[in-house]
Amino acid sequence: MKYELVVGLEVHCQLNTKSKAFCGCSARFGNPANTNVCPVCLALPGALPVLNRQVVEDAVKLGLATGCSIAPLSVLARKNYFYPDLPKGYQISQFEEPICLEGGLRIDAGEGERHVRLIRIHIEEDAGKSIHDIGDDTFIDVNRSGVPLLEVVSYPDIRTAKEASVYLQKLRQIVKYLGISDGNMEEGSLRCDANVSLRLYGDEEYGTRTEIKNMNSFKNVEKAIEYEAERHRQILEAGGAISQETRLWDADKGETRSMRGKEFAHDYRYFPDPDLVPILVDEEMLERIRLELPEFPEARAERFVQEFSIPAYDAGVLTVEREVADYFEELAGLAKDAKVASNWVMGEVLRTLKEKYLSIEEFIVTPVRLGGLIRMIASGAVSNTIAKQVFELMQESDASAEEIVEREGLAQVSDSGAIEAVVDGILAANPGQLAAYREGKTKLMGFFVGQCMAKMKGKANPQMVNEVLVKKLGA
Amino acid sequence: MSVTIDDVTYIAELARLRFSDDEALKMTDELNTILHYVDTLNEVDTEGVLPLSNIHDQKNVLRADEEHEPIANAAALSNAPDSQDRFFRVPKVLG
Repeated sequence: MKYELVVGLEVHCQLNTKSKAFCGCSARFGNPANTNVCPVCLALPGALPVLNRQVVEDAVKLGLATGCSIAPLSVLARKNYFYPDLPKGYQISQFEEPICLEGGLRIDAGEGERHVRLIRIHIEEDAGKSIHDIGDDTFIDVNRSGVPLLEVVSYPDIRTAKEASVYLQKLRQIVKYLGISDGNMEEGSLRCDANVSLRLYGDEEYGTRTEIKNMNSFKNVEKAIEYEAERHRQILEAGGAISQETRLWDADKGETRSMRGKEFAHDYRYFPDPDLVPILVDEEMLERIRLELPEFPEARAERFVQEFSIPAYDAGVLTVEREVADYFEELAGLAKDAKVASNWVMGEVLRTLKEKYLSIEEFIVTPVRLGGLIRMIASGAVSNTIAKQVFELMQESDASAEEIVEREGLAQVSDSGAIEAVVDGILAANPGQLAAYREGKTKLMGFFVGQCMAKMKGKANPQMVNEVLVKKLGA
Repeated sequence: MSVTIDDVTYIAELARLRFSDDEALKMTDELNTILHYVDTLNEVDTEGVLPLSNIHDQKNVLRADEEHEPIANAAALSNAPDSQDRFFRVPKVLG
């Protein structure tokens, strides 16, 4: 392919504050229509906005986490346009003086680490919601109007569709680690617009770009960019020109299409909002927030490797989500053996959460309870196989591993007399296999182990069964 | 600085205002009078003076992230030209 793909992303991240950006209405999603409303977010005459302190702090957190410089003084501006779900006729945003400038994210889409630079991060408010698909009219819900957003704008530094999705996932991981947003794309708390263009390899100048909207999953971001790049390529190869426009991604049809309606040149006539005073971030606030920043995934993974001597791969998986990393860290302390703890979290725990659509915070088998089970394995009180049964049972009540093992009679049998008796019985009951084994079919060892374990309902200490069998079969 | 009648027509369209030709001419004249008046400010030496975004000498007027009591749905809709159920109703935006 002689064309190079060039992509820049604009990501809107919905903050998880209790109240809206400029009034005390609940920012909660899913309340009945037009019930989280007041004179400010309804734009009733005379109502005045007052900025939510948490929004400023969240913006500073994200700015610091992405290596931005934080503007000591920034200004809220009006972006003027008319749409029924924008009651004021303008959106409060930031234009000339955003709160965060010039940062970057390190991403790795499988071809080595790359740096995607950020132009800016700014504060703005969300619009209301228009519902077009009931009856002949449009219905407006103002609940979302005024909910705080941070818009993160990247330079056109992204070169593949995969990189775009990895960049977004990285951003999602950061906002979740910071605890400032739930970062859910499907529910719209992370929204992404992509500016896509092609240029010949070696060209300095960018080609004409199109902006794609309406991609509501990481997969769709990739697909939409790939589709759009191919569309550009075909037009360019045929000697055509790209027209600069906004296009909507249609996930069902797998294509982008031009947004209808007359292309009004975007002329938002931004100006500083006279209702709001400048935002001042002083050294004291900056320092306080810097100290509050959590340990980020890479640093935490590195520490896990050092502190718990687990493989880098494990540490990577365990730190993808902050809550999982918290769970593991608590468990590793309780379980004594960090590698075993890691295996359990990466295996049984994450599998169960996925199957049951649970988040780790709502998982009934807490680190304390799982730690108890892992200590029982370490002491030989239960076998690994039985431990998995116990783990399943632990999800049905809050009984401890010990109580369950006791109640269900699942304790491991390590009594050599009892095991020898079972082994003798199995050998006597299978003379054909015994003879074949002695003639050299040593693979039958597995058969005898299996028979013994079955007879003892899995509770025998497998190592002892092996030892006894080796002894008896060798005789 | 001055504006032409085309500027006025364009700004009127952005602001969803409709003027007759006579009104547009009148607006152009009036706007130019205002702009020329304000031009006097350009004579002031502003070298080294930061742009002013707000006339109040205040910074960081912030509120705590706390919820207040919203107004009732019926009250919210009471001034709307049209509503249905809990919603504001407006002419179809998308076809």
